[in-house]
Amino acid sequence: MQIAASGMEAIKNEFFSFEVFKSMFPEVLLEGARNTIIFTTIAFIGGMIFGLFLALCRTSKLKILRWPSATFIDLIRGLPLLLVIVIIGFATPTLVKDSYLSLPGFGWMNDVWPFGRDGAKYIPGCFALSLVAGAYMAETIRAGIESIPKGQMEAARSLGLSHAQAMRKIILPQAFRVIVGPLTNELALLFKDTSLISVLGVEVGGRELTKFARDFVNREANSTPLIVAGICYLLITIPLLQLVAYFERRSKVGSR
Amino acid sequence: MSESVITIKSLRKSFGDKEVLSDINLEIKEKEVVCIIGPSGSGKSTLLRCITQLETIDGGDVVVLGKNIKVLKNKDLNSLRTDVGMVFQHFNLFPHLRVRDNITLALRTVKRTSKSECEKIVEDVLESVGLLEKIDSFPSQLSGGQQQRVAIARSLAMKPQIMLFDEATSALDPELVGGVLAVMRQLAQEGMTMVIVTHEMDFARNVADRVVFMDGGLVVEEGVPADIFTNPKQERTKNFLKRVLERD
Repeated sequence: MQIAASGMEAIKNEFFSFEVFKSMFPEVLLEGARNTIIFTTIAFIGGMIFGLFLALCRTSKLKILRWPSATFIDLIRGLPLLLVIVIIGFATPTLVKDSYLSLPGFGWMNDVWPFGRDGAKYIPGCFALSLVAGAYMAETIRAGIESIPKGQMEAARSLGLSHAQAMRKIILPQAFRVIVGPLTNELALLFKDTSLISVLGVEVGGRELTKFARDFVNREANSTPLIVAGICYLLITIPLLQLVAYFERRSKVGSR
Repeated sequence: MSESVITIKSLRKSFGDKEVLSDINLEIKEKEVVCIIGPSGSGKSTLLRCITQLETIDGGDVVVLGKNIKVLKNKDLNSLRTDVGMVFQHFNLFPHLRVRDNITLALRTVKRTSKSECEKIVEDVLESVGLLEKIDSFPSQLSGGQQQRVAIARSLAMKPQIMLFDEATSALDPELVGGVLAVMRQLAQEGMTMVIVTHEMDFARNVADRVVFMDGGLVVEEGVPADIFTNPKQERTKNFLKRVLERD
């Protein structure tokens, strides 16, 4: 009993120290949570655009579009996200010699919120996440497109709409309604996956939650920051997952 | 004799190994109402779908309103389709759009009709199918018969020169068939050129100028309804009519 009690005490000090907890605020929100949200937002939007493009190619009648996108999707989905992040994270800076901000086209990122000064630090992580999110979302979007009855496209074409117009006005609006649940799920997954960016050596200011927490652990020689980071993740993911469940229930009621 | 608006010459169409249409020849004149009848799987629907190139044709020629659809570019095909209305068995209304937007979507996107003009057209066509009060409903709030009448109105809004009906009443409950047939009959009386694939023999007999009997991917027999229904010449026509008329 004695051992257990002292063990409990040790765990409490190591993981639930109120002192350390207090000392993390407000930086954990201003830097860690903020950057996690920035990474998620950019990667989600990027992934959506890229995924839509891939899905449209994947469902095209033309082999020359269908085939490369199918290969790419399988390739990315077949690789561990961590590996993709490491490859891209280390390849991008090498490619542009640590100074992509001086490249024409990227300089504006320095002046734009939320990037702040030196916005380039976000590029590799966002790029890698967008790529992977795009590949996964492409399959979700494709499933949405294919769930719309063929008659919808035929009716639209019969009225004189071009294939692209029919896609934009008839098929995609319906498809997105079908997949809003799965896409929200992708968003929750993506939110958690941003933690993998912590393996890239990000400088102070650009750290997302996990990296921020681990640095704090090293500094304080105490593991409480990990718990704090966990709570921050849950504060976002639990409502998101509730939302997914809500969409699922709604689609069951709505389909008659 | 008035001008021919659809000319089909030795049309062939296969799905894989299965030949669905083998050597179809047919001519539709302006203002003519033609009913196509025949057992299921005889190629009636496919024939209709070939006219608007919803199915690509494998051989022969289809000339619609003076244009050979086989050689049409995409853009010209789209504009030809606005002149040829198509009504489907399963209505195919756009479920995410209100009746109003179902009808005006193509006007706005394809014909670039102005908003006020659209408004007028919507009311006109809905009036003509007797559903003006449903203008702000969603398709799911309508009965099958009402949905099909909206689908007809949607096609009419494009001011087509030809209307094609692909088993327009086959998916409806029996008590809803009458309303849709009444709209079609009215259209026929107004002088619309119509090609109608149907199982409604009474309708074909009373409304059609000409009845075409198809079986096994061929036009077996065609003629005025009185001849086809009371005095068919081909054995296959006789058998088919005997089977369907006995059922009634």
